[in-house]
Amino acid sequence: MNPADELAQLRPDLLRFARLQLRDDTLAEDVVQEALIAALAGKQDFAGRAALKTWVFAILKNKIIDTLRGRERSINLSALAVEEEGFDQTFDRLFKANGHWSPAARPGDWGDPEETLRQTQFWATFDACLNHLPASTARIFMMREFLEFEVEEICQELGIRSSNCYVILHRARHNLRGCLERTWFGPNPRNATC
Amino acid sequence: MLNCKETTRLLSESQDRPLGLGERAALKLHLLMCKGCTNYSHQMSFIRQACSHLETHGKEERK
Repeated sequence: MNPADELAQLRPDLLRFARLQLRDDTLAEDVVQEALIAALAGKQDFAGRAALKTWVFAILKNKIIDTLRGRERSINLSALAVEEEGFDQTFDRLFKANGHWSPAARPGDWGDPEETLRQTQFWATFDACLNHLPASTARIFMMREFLEFEVEEICQELGIRSSNCYVILHRARHNLRGCLERTWFGPNPRNATC
Repeated sequence: MLNCKETTRLLSESQDRPLGLGERAALKLHLLMCKGCTNYSHQMSFIRQACSHLETHGKEERK
């Protein structure tokens, strides 16, 4: 297969990844296009498909970071506040007055992680759950988990306090686990004690 | 003593900053006694693991 074809085959995966980060289809198309052009221009010899893919994704990540930096720097704080309020209400309901899990909300056992990650279907669910995160929360979570920013960098970049950043990241992870439990792992046996 | 609500927060923060000695001890103690939070802790690790696999375990390699 020639290099252009090989890269073209990666396009759907690249697009999906860019869309999750940017939440803007046009922008996502643009960064993927740029990444592919850069990849084609710099095409080196790769031992295998996996190595090529890793390399192209590294290019894409840098393009996404540039795009995020070019965007409005500070995050919409009032949108964040609204997201926070919605979260607090549902979060508080999971616990009894003393702060311990209410029996129905107690997290269950998700089984073997490796096994789950091998299942094709799981990735569609995971994508859907990521897409369900509120936009501002998602943006910060993506910067942390996929673009691998340190918390300090995120704070500087977006003009928020680090204590606030920890809260937002907890919210994102907590929402994701809730979504995965509802849509993938299903209700768990409630025999766990706390 | 930590309650479960505080524990979930600390479990998430442990992925973003090094926890202090006291925090780590309190967390360990709580997890020893609480199955729900132990599961939560595994779920937090799972989510991080899934995020790091998102690109490499894309559709391409699932054939």
